[in-house]
Amino acid sequence: MSLRIVVTVKYVPDATGDRHFADDLTVDRDDVDGLLSELDEYAVEQALQISENSDDDVEITVLTVGPEDAKDALRKALSMGADKAIHVEDDDLHGTDAIGTSLVLAKAIEKAGYDLVISGLASTDGTMGVVPALLAERLGVPQVTLLSEVSVEDGTVKGRRDGDAASEQLEASLPAVVSVTDQSGEARYPSFKGIMAAKKKPVESWDLSDLDLEAEEVGLEGAWTAVDSATERPARTAGTIVKDEGEGGKQLAEFLAGQKFI
Amino acid sequence: MAEVLVFVDHVDGAVRKPTLELLTLARRIGEPVAVALGAGAENTAAALAEHGAVKVLTHDASEYADYLVVPKVDALQAAVEAVSPAAVLVPSSAEGKEIAARLALRIGSGIITDATDIEAGDEGPVATQSVFAASFTTKSRVSKGTPVITVKPNSAAVEAAPAAGAVEALAVTFSAQATGTKVTGRTPRESTGRPELTEAAIVVSGGRGVNGAENFALIESLADSLGAAVGASRAAVDAGWYPHTNQVGQTGKSVSPQLYIANGISGAIQHRAGMQTSKTIVAVNKDAEAPIFDLVDYGVVGDLFDVVPQLTEEINTRKG
Repeated sequence: MSLRIVVTVKYVPDATGDRHFADDLTVDRDDVDGLLSELDEYAVEQALQISENSDDDVEITVLTVGPEDAKDALRKALSMGADKAIHVEDDDLHGTDAIGTSLVLAKAIEKAGYDLVISGLASTDGTMGVVPALLAERLGVPQVTLLSEVSVEDGTVKGRRDGDAASEQLEASLPAVVSVTDQSGEARYPSFKGIMAAKKKPVESWDLSDLDLEAEEVGLEGAWTAVDSATERPARTAGTIVKDEGEGGKQLAEFLAGQKFI
Repeated sequence: MAEVLVFVDHVDGAVRKPTLELLTLARRIGEPVAVALGAGAENTAAALAEHGAVKVLTHDASEYADYLVVPKVDALQAAVEAVSPAAVLVPSSAEGKEIAARLALRIGSGIITDATDIEAGDEGPVATQSVFAASFTTKSRVSKGTPVITVKPNSAAVEAAPAAGAVEALAVTFSAQATGTKVTGRTPRESTGRPELTEAAIVVSGGRGVNGAENFALIESLADSLGAAVGASRAAVDAGWYPHTNQVGQTGKSVSPQLYIANGISGAIQHRAGMQTSKTIVAVNKDAEAPIFDLVDYGVVGDLFDVVPQLTEEINTRKG
């Protein structure tokens, strides 16, 4: 038996950097250093753990859609231990929204061949968290999402989804789309050996024509949503800061009473 | 006037507050028609009518509890086809966003998630969003199809606006995908008796400075004196001091209460992303250089083990 896992990852601007918008109101990906979205590391980690716990012959492919620099995200995932990578890159992809991204990913996943797709819970830039559900819808396979625990055995994926009201045990047959949370288990650091090995692992580059997609189906023009304005939030006005000299709690209570919270 | 579908989040017929907030927003762009599914769906009608629903479409089937997400997508799609609404509004819970996304794709519509406000516009509803850890505010529209918009809790006031709220049965045929992911077990979360974190008017949070699970009792006492929800920073959750369901920040809940009290929280970008839009922010921290003090309306530089109990006692005294 073999198990083909495709892990979708995103290259995002560093959240500790000065993130902002470009003139066309897309996320500026040139001015700010990028990296593999932290939440996608958990997806790579779970793929590796599934592989380590399996008697099957498991192959892990990491897939990203993004500009040239997005290769850095793939390289990181390969150095963690993934087997190969696919980079979908095309100038016409600039400005693609979540619906469009799910189209490109679904086409690439189908072309690559898969039994299991694993995603993070959301990207750290767009933070929508809808791509896994969209992939399941497009691929016509079960969605087993927001898992804090995941296992694969005998063609079945099981997992625990912790919701606000309840914790649910889920089960579905493969092929399926899974997303994992940051509670699923700490992601490993690439070892020196892993970093060296990653340099020799294959990275395929595909463009829209490789996926039988037309430019107008993606990009800013093909987006089904439009951003009309982006305004920097004004800095909060400086507040009152007091040093506790023994009455700090009472002073704070006085402030809260003044604001009618008490 | 055009109809606007509102997806109802309810527990056995008890409508949750974010849904009532959606009705307020829906009335700005049309006539709200609610869609309530699952056990107790018909019992939602009175509360929904009270807040402006002209119609309540209901359907109950065991599939809604036994399988993940897709049965609800099938039902909401049936409602869209029956009503041809001007927009579809869904509460921005994890499940709500997944339902909305799949619906949008099926009906060929764009989707906007986590809106914090909605206004009527010349080219359809305009949604406000808070992005990049709340450092930017964007205004967006859906440019194709029927706008599908998910809305965060606390984005609008709950307003009484009595309407007919006529209950109508929704005809639903489940798709082949509906039974793809089986829910084989469900453990309800134990109730703490405190408000829901994302819906609470006041949130009291603890971070690394709380220094131990046992010390969270201090945070809980303060919260209870104010009728507040309890939150925790990622550092506190990762240390195992408080449950992940209470985590505030990028990978936890995003909250926007009237008052946020941060105790022993430095205010890393991760945390700020989840609380920066709070109306009033207060912090207690030993470190005068902690970035959280850049955000506060009022801050106390001091030991939370001194300040928090004194504050709690003072509040309880003032309440008499």
